[in-house]
This record gives sequence, C-alpha cells and structure tokens, in this order.
Amino acid sequence: MTSLTFTLVSEPPERLDLSPLTPQGLAGLSRRTIEQTRLGLSKRGARVGDLFRLSGEDAESIVFAGGSVRFDRLGAGMTEGAIRVTGDAGAQAGRKMSGGSLTIEGSAGPHAGSGMTGGRLDIHGDAGDFAGGPFTGEMRGMNGGVLVIRGRAGDQAGDRMRRGLIAVGGGCGDYAGSRMIAGTLAIAGGVGHLPGYLMRRGSILLDRPPATLSPSFTGSGAVESVFASLMDRYLIAENIFDKPLLTGAAGRYCGDNAVLGKGEILYSLR
Amino acid sequence: MHRVTVNGVEIDDTFAEAFGMRATAIIVTAPTRKWVLEAARSMTGFATSVIGCGCEAGIDVELPPSETPDGRPGCRIMLFAVSTDELQKQLLKRVGQCVLTSPGSACFAGLDGTEPLKLGSSLRYFGDGWQISKKFGGRHYWRIPVMDGEFVCEAATGLTKKAVGGGNLLLLAGSNEQALVAAEAAAEAMGKVPGVILPFPGGVVRSGSKVGSKYKSVVASTNEAYAPTLRGRVDSALGAEINAVLEIVIDGETDTAVAAAMKAGLDTLIGLGSERGAARISAGNYGGKLGKFHYHLKELLP
Repeated sequence: MTSLTFTLVSEPPERLDLSPLTPQGLAGLSRRTIEQTRLGLSKRGARVGDLFRLSGEDAESIVFAGGSVRFDRLGAGMTEGAIRVTGDAGAQAGRKMSGGSLTIEGSAGPHAGSGMTGGRLDIHGDAGDFAGGPFTGEMRGMNGGVLVIRGRAGDQAGDRMRRGLIAVGGGCGDYAGSRMIAGTLAIAGGVGHLPGYLMRRGSILLDRPPATLSPSFTGSGAVESVFASLMDRYLIAENIFDKPLLTGAAGRYCGDNAVLGKGEILYSLR
Repeated sequence: MHRVTVNGVEIDDTFAEAFGMRATAIIVTAPTRKWVLEAARSMTGFATSVIGCGCEAGIDVELPPSETPDGRPGCRIMLFAVSTDELQKQLLKRVGQCVLTSPGSACFAGLDGTEPLKLGSSLRYFGDGWQISKKFGGRHYWRIPVMDGEFVCEAATGLTKKAVGGGNLLLLAGSNEQALVAAEAAAEAMGKVPGVILPFPGGVVRSGSKVGSKYKSVVASTNEAYAPTLRGRVDSALGAEINAVLEIVIDGETDTAVAAAMKAGLDTLIGLGSERGAARISAGNYGGKLGKFHYHLKELLP
C-alpha cells in the first residue's frame, strides 16, 4: 500500500488544526469522510478537501506534500505510525505525541514536541521557542521520547522537561533547558544566555563552554564520564549527530543551586 | 565398560549428567584491560560451585572496545545459581562489592533474558540521593557518584531459565604432569566456546565429588572411585596405569553451548594423544536420574 498523501493545493487561507490527521485518527476512515474533516480555525472553517488533493490509502504512513507555517498542531497526540511533511509546520507540531515518528523536513514553529511522552519528532530545519516545553500553567514539558532539531532552536528549549531526549544541531536561543526537572538536552552549535536557568535535575550537554551562566551554578571539575561516552555513541548510532559532542573528560557545572541543584551542564573541553 | 580408542586415547561409553540452572550475564568495562580483569576476577572469585559458594561464575569472553557499550575494554561475566532468588542475591552482592569498588568500572546488561534481574536499580542506593537516572535508547542507566567519578550501571539485566550446569569431562592420565597438560589444553579450548564458563580454578577441578557422605552433615564428599590412592581398597574406576584424574566442569547458557564446549575439549584431548595428555576420558553422572541433560561422549566424538 502507498502512503496516504495530502498534497497541498495552495497556501491555506487561515490557520489550520491538523491534529485530526494522525494515523490513529484516520484508521478505517473513508476518503470521503477524511475530505470532510474540518481543519480551519477561523469562521471560514476549511475542510481537508478544500486544501489538499488526496492519494494513496495507507493511513499508517501519512505524507503532507508541501507544508506551511499555518500547519498548526501537526501530528499532535499521535500514538503510532509515521507522518512526514515535505515543508514547514506551524505551532505545536507533535504536541503530546506518545508514539510513532513525525518528520518535518522544513522548520517548525513554537512549542514543537510540547509535552511529548514518546515517539520521535525530527525537525530538519529550525524550531521556534519552547521546543518540548509546556503551555503556560502546565507543570511539565517533555516527558519522554526523542526530539531532534537539526537546525536552530529558539528560546527556552526543553523548558520544564522531565524525561526523554532533545538534541539540537544548530544551537539554541536563551535559557536553554530552563526549569528542567530531568531528562537530557544535547546541543551542538552553542547556546544563548543562561543555559539551565532554574534547572532542578537533568543534563545539558554542550559542544563548547557556555558563554554566560547563572551565578547559581558551581564548577565541578572535569571528570571522565562514561555517561557522556554512552550518550555520544547513542547520538551517533541514531544518526542524530555525526561526531561526538563530548569526548573523554568533559567540564561540568552543577546547578541550578537557586533551586534543587542536582542538574548538570557537561561541556566539551576541546 | 565398552570403550573406543581414538589416537591412543580411550573414550568411555558414558555420559555427563547436567542440571537445569538459572543464569545471568553482565558486561563489565574499565579504562584498561588490566582493570577489567581485576574487577572480573574479584567478582567471580569464590564462585566455583553452588555447593558452597551460592553461585558459579566466570568470564565468558573478553570484549574489545569496539564491542562494548561504552567503547572501553570489557568482558562478559556469567553467573549461575539454582534459584532466581539466589542468583539475584549473588549478583547484587558481587557487583556491589567487586565491580562498583573497582577503579573506573562500569556495568551493563549482558543478557536479554525472559525476566529482568535487578542491577543498578538496587545498587543506586549507594548514591545516597545523589544518584542520577538516565533513560535513552530503550535502556535505563544509573549514575552513582564515587571517588573517581561515576559508577555507571544499567538498571537491570536478563535472566535465563534454560541454562545448564554441571557438564563435565574426566581426564585420566598416567601421571600428574600428563593430567595437567591435558587439563590446561582442554580448558583453554573449551573456554573459547561462547556462552560457557569453567567455574573452577583455571577451569580445572581435582576434587571430584559424589553426593552425600558417611557423615550426616556433609552433603558432598570425595569420589573414591576416581581417587588413585584408594585403588585396591574400594570399587575403583581406575585401571593400573592411571595415577591422576582431573575434571573440567562446564556451565553453559544453553544446552548446545555445553555440548559444543565438551566437543571442543574432546577434540583437543584426542589431538593431544595419550602420550602427552590423557590416556582415558570419562564423564561424571549419577545414573541419569537426577539431571535433565545427558551428554554422551561417543556422540560428541569428532
């Protein structure tokens, strides 16, 4: 069976909520039913058939040919299967996803992978602010799974993250890993101001020393880390990075001592 | 007893009788091969027989850096016990006292078994609240702060209920020297078979035992039929030309691993010939009623 493909006919006239178009949401639905699904968020209320030309039938593997920054909530809540977009996505891509794989070949907006608990979200371009992070009022952000951003992530990537892995290839904005509860945030390409701001536990791995750091972090030497080499080998084996982030001895800060202080920032000494 | 002779070596028409056991495996790594072996020898010390040690343990295979989880030198260690509870107890005690303590060590699961056995998930309490849990790639690790950095230990390893303990070969020779030459050569060849350990010192045991004794409190005692000094006094299994007997005991992850090891041992002993090594090869059994696994020597001949 060929992938169920949604070919974008023209730029959407309004913001869309694409969360109904997941493998588990479309399983067993007829093409007619799918075409009548409402996606538009304005009073216009565009339906699938107004925006996309459908082909293929395998809903386990969904392809969006063409993307848009108006593609909000793409793959949100997905539990299984695969979704691939050949262009950009809007806000909240993969929010609360718990399984399967979501690939965005362009860039994603804010809150990509927000609160995800499983599966893998791969963003080939950049991601907006709060990658993996929670909405205002929510107690925690990412709680499992793998979020890969090959480009640059905005501010507060991994905010309130509790479990899982975020890997960023092209650097992060300010406050990377802010308020982390646990989990791992691996960043190549540098970070902005105050990484790990108010982190309680968890690990932030950097390919260079942080340029600025909250004074509530304390240095804890340069210890050889089996964990760092395990993580490096995993990141390379999974094709997330092509070279080790940290090798041998890594510098280490612990903090944020303004809160619990059991977190760490490991950085390459090369 | 009917015997066949190959290259001057007499092979008894008998079988080794072995038992089902519980087994597990771990991979221990360290900064250098020396410290891999220090940790491994310490952990597998005093683990020759379940009769008195609680478990039987040994190094299955040394691993080059390219084959370990963290890219450092390592080895795979196997542990065998008669019950899951005892295996769990021995595993935690031995890793806790001998691997955790060894400089630069790390410890990983060495077996994807049917059930998990606790490893780091218990040892983490040594971290006194400073331990760090890490889950990635479908695996769960614990990082425990110690004086030279961190002890990284996978949370759990696997258990197999299909392991076999007590495969054996008896090497009967004209002199102690010939017996040792034969035993060393056979142990070396058998140790190379994947998935088996030879739990006794250097793989060799000189005090083969029988079940029970004339003394009530003694559960195993000398096997007088194979003790050359008792020849003429008891119903001996030894002919006039035999003056030393050594045994090699094999524990294997599977039935086939034990058979492969015994075959490797037989091949080596036959190749060595009766002049340099063993004059006769036999195997220990209890009449076939106690153990589930029987390894007939004639079926393993080259």
